[in-house]
Amino acid sequence: MSEHAEHVPGLAHHFVSMEQQKEAGTVGMWVFLVTELMFFGGLFLVYTIFRSTYPLGFEYGSFLLNMPLGLTNTIVLILSSLTMAMGVHSAQTNKQGALQMYLIVTLLLCLVFLGIKTVEYRSKLHDHLFPAYTTYNPAIKEAEPNNHHAVPQALKSEVRTFLWIYFLMTGLHAFHMIVGAGMLVGLIWMARKGKFNDVYNSPIEIGGLYWHFVDIVWIFLFPLLYLSGYHLNVGH
Amino acid sequence: MEIAAQPAETQEESVNYLNVNHTVKSWLLTLDHKRIGILYLLSISLFFLIGGIYASLIRLELVTPRGDLLTPEMYNRVFTMHGVIMIFFFLIPSIPATLGNFLLPLMLGAKDVAFPRLNLLSWYIFIIGGAMMMYTLVSGGIDTGWTFYPPYSSIYSNSQVTLAGVSIFITGFSSILTGLNFMVTIHTMRAPGLTWFRMPLFLWGMYSTSLIQILGTPVIAITVLALAFERTLQIGIFDPKLGGDPVLFQHMFWFYSHPAVYIMVIPGMGVISEIIASMTRKAIFGYHFVAFSSLAIAVFGFLVWGHHMFTSSQSMYQGLVFSLITYAVAIPSAIKTFNWVATIYKGSVSYDTPMIYALAFLGLFTIGGMTGLFLAAMGLDIHLHDTYFVVAHFHYVMVGGQIIAYLGGLHFWWPKMTGRMYSEIWGRISAVIIFLGFNLTFFPQFVLGYLGMPRRYHAYVPEFQTLHVLSSAGASILALGFLMPGIYLTASLFFGKKAEANPWQAYGLEWQTASPPPLENFTYDPVVTHEAYDFDSVKEIQEAREKVAVTA
Repeated sequence: MSEHAEHVPGLAHHFVSMEQQKEAGTVGMWVFLVTELMFFGGLFLVYTIFRSTYPLGFEYGSFLLNMPLGLTNTIVLILSSLTMAMGVHSAQTNKQGALQMYLIVTLLLCLVFLGIKTVEYRSKLHDHLFPAYTTYNPAIKEAEPNNHHAVPQALKSEVRTFLWIYFLMTGLHAFHMIVGAGMLVGLIWMARKGKFNDVYNSPIEIGGLYWHFVDIVWIFLFPLLYLSGYHLNVGH
Repeated sequence: MEIAAQPAETQEESVNYLNVNHTVKSWLLTLDHKRIGILYLLSISLFFLIGGIYASLIRLELVTPRGDLLTPEMYNRVFTMHGVIMIFFFLIPSIPATLGNFLLPLMLGAKDVAFPRLNLLSWYIFIIGGAMMMYTLVSGGIDTGWTFYPPYSSIYSNSQVTLAGVSIFITGFSSILTGLNFMVTIHTMRAPGLTWFRMPLFLWGMYSTSLIQILGTPVIAITVLALAFERTLQIGIFDPKLGGDPVLFQHMFWFYSHPAVYIMVIPGMGVISEIIASMTRKAIFGYHFVAFSSLAIAVFGFLVWGHHMFTSSQSMYQGLVFSLITYAVAIPSAIKTFNWVATIYKGSVSYDTPMIYALAFLGLFTIGGMTGLFLAAMGLDIHLHDTYFVVAHFHYVMVGGQIIAYLGGLHFWWPKMTGRMYSEIWGRISAVIIFLGFNLTFFPQFVLGYLGMPRRYHAYVPEFQTLHVLSSAGASILALGFLMPGIYLTASLFFGKKAEANPWQAYGLEWQTASPPPLENFTYDPVVTHEAYDFDSVKEIQEAREKVAVTA
């Protein structure tokens, strides 16, 4: 039982074979992603309910977000999904140099995303749009010259609800990005030690599944949050 | 089952998972599913004791109609802490995390669960969540009821709601990790020959439970987290003053918490299947139906949450649909009950302690389940909603179902877990005491509720006193019954006679290894060649194994 385990590098003692270990890892990650789906699902439900309750508040709120930055981040994440997929392919074809390169590029794209997100969050805080009661005051922004999108007084509270949902959803997503960055650092470290090859590469594949999931969540978040008010001509 | 040629160690004094290492560190850093099961067993027993103390305070207060023992404020905290601790820290982990952890790989013929590190992590997460709950408790507790309904919980409650919410959020992840581990292990690590329909029904129960754990728990996690934010930052999702929707909280809360009721009872059903088959020496009648009924309960369980909200501004037509689906859940539950009874019919029944628990389960679960149908009827529910009828109903399912099954399972597998036999006489006496005490405690509550006694009140009209006194008297008998296994099971560790590998002559891989099992569960590679509960083959399998052991 354990004697063949010692000869195969990367095979944990409680699995019978490499295939079993790989299957367990893959099934495990899929099950985990289902859990994640339900986790985000709660917030998507909240979004749906409040968007149908406060359609105008959501449109005005959406207009306060920085669409070009959101779009840039969408492109960054789609690119990172591509590089991650290339990384998985490199591991499967045993190309060590390419694997490391793709993983590092994925990590860099992840950091670019988080950097842009930080800029966005900072500007919300600066514009008194962070929706905590102590900080939220869209009137200050409105008083500035050249301000094109004023929030009507009647919608202030609805816009605040939208902004909370924005911060909750993108915050939870950003948290997953940070976890993903940590995971990528670990994978890069293991790849540099030459742990992966065409036989043993399930951590890369499983990590890839996670990465694509986090990307897909953003693909939904971007139109729901940034684009829902973009057809609005208020103030223009 | 047959065995590939591998030398089997002698049964006596072999190295097993308990004596392989004695240091505290070896326990705290163990990756062995059996030891993690024991760690869970110890921790949930502690929480059961704490939850039980709160229950005793409730019953003591209710002996007299006037609220003279506890202040109303204190009483609110007491019943809330009773509910929160019993549900999140005892009932939900009870069977899956203890018996499930211990038995699942053994029953599958595997060396461990798929992710042993996650398994240990889940225990640590549980302990962190539990420690936070203990801190919540000593720093004043919470008074919202275990359901945390806003706006009371979001603005008005002057207690530790945020802390409790975060604690439940954290503990949820331990439940998710257990479910994930079990699901993957069942999918990928069954022994050769162990097809899905040869699995013991306990594993079908575990699989269905895992399904609920991974689908439902994340929703309660995000809900209580949002509630914590609502309280600290006023995000305006649940609080009507800020434009939020308090009924949305109820929807999200019950989307998990109703299926969670099935997390609390499906494992018990799995245990009962094992006990009844072994104690009547018959294969479970209608194996496939019982297996699929677990899945059916898990799936239907997700579609009935609205029956908790018949009185909270839910549309009548919506209520009608929820009522109908709730009735539908009764069908798979009834299939199980009928099939168990059909299994006992003409079996050679032995009335050992586990069987007494199983019989108690059959009666109590039937009452608990049937009274659930009363509550699923929309018209009747208007009368019974938030009365003691509801309290009695869910205690019949939770205590009469799950705790009885948990104790039955603990007795059934105790020899396997510890390698010692407990005192059979004391086992039977305490099982009967628990059964009597339980009925005396909760049956009067059905009557109380029907007569209009609302739940969560610390004072009541004098007419209800007789029934309340009966209930409190029953509770003291029940408490005695619960203390007894604690004593004689502990005593058995020191004085009990050594258990054989298969003391019940039961079928199943877990009985085809030493008691207690060796470190990696089996000294041979298990192969399954028979259908589940093929009791005629038990002797043959054992002899074949011994023969191989001798020749090797």
